Amino acid sequence: MAILVDQNTCLLCQGMTGWAGTYHTNRMMQYGTKVVAGVTPGKGGKSHLDVPIFDGVAEAMKATGANASAIFVPPDNAGNAMLEAIEAEMALVVVVTERIPVLDMVRVREALVGSRTRLVGPNSQGVLAPEVCQIGVMGTDRARRGTMGVVSRSASLTSEVVSQLTRVGFGQSTTVGIGGDPVHGIGFVECLELFFADPQTQGIVLIGEIGGTEEQEAARYLRENGIKKPVVALIVGRSAPPQRRMGHAGALTIEAPGDVEGKIAALQDAGVAIAPSAHLVGATMRDVFAKRAA
Amino acid sequence: MQLQEFQAKKLLSGYSIGIPVGAVAVTPDEAEAAAAQLNSAAVFVKAQIEAGDRSMAGGIRAAQSALAAKAAAKELLGQKLVTSQTGPNGQTVKRVLVEARIQAVREFYLAMWVETLSGSIMLTAAEGGGAEIEQRFAMNALQLQSLRLSMKGGLRPGDLVELCRRIDLPEQAVEKFRELVERIHRAFIDFDASLIEINPLALTQRGDLVAVDAKFVVDDNAVFRHPDLAELSGEAEADRGELQAQRHQINFVQMDGDVGTVVNGAGLGLATLDMIRAAGGSPANFMDIRTTAKSLDIAQGIGLVLDNPRAKVLLVNVFGGGMQPCDTIVDGLGIAFRRSRRVLPVVLRITGNNEDLARLRLANFNLPKTECSDMWQAVTRAVAIAQGRA
Repeated sequence: MAILVDQNTCLLCQGMTGWAGTYHTNRMMQYGTKVVAGVTPGKGGKSHLDVPIFDGVAEAMKATGANASAIFVPPDNAGNAMLEAIEAEMALVVVVTERIPVLDMVRVREALVGSRTRLVGPNSQGVLAPEVCQIGVMGTDRARRGTMGVVSRSASLTSEVVSQLTRVGFGQSTTVGIGGDPVHGIGFVECLELFFADPQTQGIVLIGEIGGTEEQEAARYLRENGIKKPVVALIVGRSAPPQRRMGHAGALTIEAPGDVEGKIAALQDAGVAIAPSAHLVGATMRDVFAKRAA
Repeated sequence: MQLQEFQAKKLLSGYSIGIPVGAVAVTPDEAEAAAAQLNSAAVFVKAQIEAGDRSMAGGIRAAQSALAAKAAAKELLGQKLVTSQTGPNGQTVKRVLVEARIQAVREFYLAMWVETLSGSIMLTAAEGGGAEIEQRFAMNALQLQSLRLSMKGGLRPGDLVELCRRIDLPEQAVEKFRELVERIHRAFIDFDASLIEINPLALTQRGDLVAVDAKFVVDDNAVFRHPDLAELSGEAEADRGELQAQRHQINFVQMDGDVGTVVNGAGLGLATLDMIRAAGGSPANFMDIRTTAKSLDIAQGIGLVLDNPRAKVLLVNVFGGGMQPCDTIVDGLGIAFRRSRRVLPVVLRITGNNEDLARLRLANFNLPKTECSDMWQAVTRAVAIAQGRA
C-alpha cells in the first residue's frame, strides 16, 4: 500500500484539454494511472485522449466514479477549480499550477475546513506511488517500488533524492510534493502521520528549505508523538542571501525567521537524521538502516 | 510588490482611513510650497522608495519651517538611499512626501498579513510604535497580540475588545479601532495584499486614529488582477538582470562570489549554493530555471551569468524532469555561448529525462567543458577552477 493513492485510484483531470493537461494526462496514462474523466467547462460531451469530458466535477464523479483530481488550470482560475472539487467532495485533489494568488489559497483553506478533501499543492510536482499510480508531472524513470516515503517542498530535490535512494537499493512507497507555495494543502505533519500508518513504508525522507515554519512543526509533532520509523531530513538554503525571494516564495519577516540552522536543530532534537549535503541523502538513509541492523 | 508610502496612504485614505495631511514633491521648490501650505509648526520630509527602515538611513527628516523643508528635500532628492531592506545598491529618491507632524497622545503598531501555516489572515497589534518597535521585536521584548480573520472578516466583537485591552488602547478609542480594522480588512481583500502595516498608528488628542506611516505589499501572484497597481510599480531599481530573467521564466539572484550557477528547480538551486559553500567556494548567483522556460529563455539566463565579470566558471547542475528535459537546457547553454563574447569553463552534471540526447547536443557545441557523473564532484571541480587550482 502506498499513501494517498493506490491501484483503485481513478483520476479526473481538471483542465485536461489544454496543452499542459493533454501532455501530462498522456504521460500519466502511459505510466498506468487510470484516468477516467476530464473536466473542461463548455466541452462536456466530447472526448479527449479517449476519455469522456464533462462540464463539471460533480457530474464527472457521478458518471465515472473518479476519486482523485489533478488540476492543470491556469493560476487565475485554479482557485475556483479547487473550490469546485472540494464542493463535489473529491477525496484527493493534486494541484500542479504555480503562482496562484495567495488570497485564493486562503479561500480554499477556509473551504477545506470540515470537508472530505485532501489537497496536495499547489505548485506541487504531485504524488507518485512507483509502478502503481502517478498523479503529477514528475519524472518517473528513476523511481522504483519499495519501502521509502518521500515528502518534499521541492520538485527538483525529490527527483534527486529518489534517484539516490534507488541507487542505494531503496525503492519508494510514495513521493509527495507538498508544494513550494507558502499557503498550501497537506504538509509535513499529515504526510508523516500517513507514512507512519502505512505498512509498506519503512523509512521516510523529509526535504525542507529556508522560509516558513513547517519543518519546526514537523519536529514538534515528532517530539510529541514519537518517531515511529526512521526519518532522514535534508534542509537546504543556508547559503541563500537574506530577505530575497529564492524561487519559492519566502515567508514574511513578521513570522518567525525560518532559518536553516534552527530547522536542523529542531529536527535533530526530535531524533531525525540530518543528511549533511544534498548529494548524501541516499547514503544517510543507508547508514541509518545499517546501524539498525547491527 | 511593495508600494511606496504615498501610494499606500492614497489607497488607505480611499477607505476613509485617517492619514496626515501632506503632498508629494519632486523638486525642493515643490517641497517648500507644500510645507508652506500645511501651515504646521513642524513637518516631515520623507523619502519615497519601495523599501522600509528609512529613518535609520536618514530618509525621514523633520523640518521646523518651509525653508528647512526645502533644504531637507534638496538633500534627499536624487540621492541613493541605502537601508537594511534595499540591498547594497540602494534606491534613488525621486519623490519626497511632505507631511504635517501628527501630535500623538499614544502610539500603536498594527499589521494585517497572511499566516502561511494556518493559511489565514492575521491581525497583529502592539502597544508603542515607530522604529523602536523593530528594536523591541529583534530583542524579543515585544508583546504582539494577534487575532485570526476570515475572508469575510468574521471578527468576534469580544475578541477585538480583549485585544484592545491587551495593547492598552483607551476605551473611548475601541469603536474607532474596530472601524479601522474593518476598513483595513476590506482594502486587504480588494487589493490582494499580503501585508498592510501601520507603524506607528497615532491616537490624537481629538481621539482620531491616524496612519502616520504605512506599508502596503501586494501579492506578486495577484498583480494581474490589478493592472492599475502594476503601473505604480517598477520605479525601484531592482537589479535589471533579475527582472530580465523573470521575464524569461527564470528566478535569478546576483551574489558576490565567482562560481556561476545554472540549475533547474528552486530546491536544487539552493542545494547547489550550499554545496559550493561546503566545498570552500563562493557562488556568483542563484538560478532556478522554471519548468516553463524554453531554450531561448534559458540562453538569456545563462547570458546573465556569462556577463558577470566576477564569474570564473559555469557550474551546470541539472536534473531533467517530466516537464523540462535535459536537452532543452543544454540547447540554451549552446545558444548562450554562441551569443556571448566571453567564454567560461563549464562543469556539468546532467542527469534525468533525455540526458543521452542532451549529451549528443552538447557534443555539437564545442564548449570548454568537463562532465561529472555526481553533483558533489561537479561542485568541487568548479570551485577548484574558480580558485585557480585546476
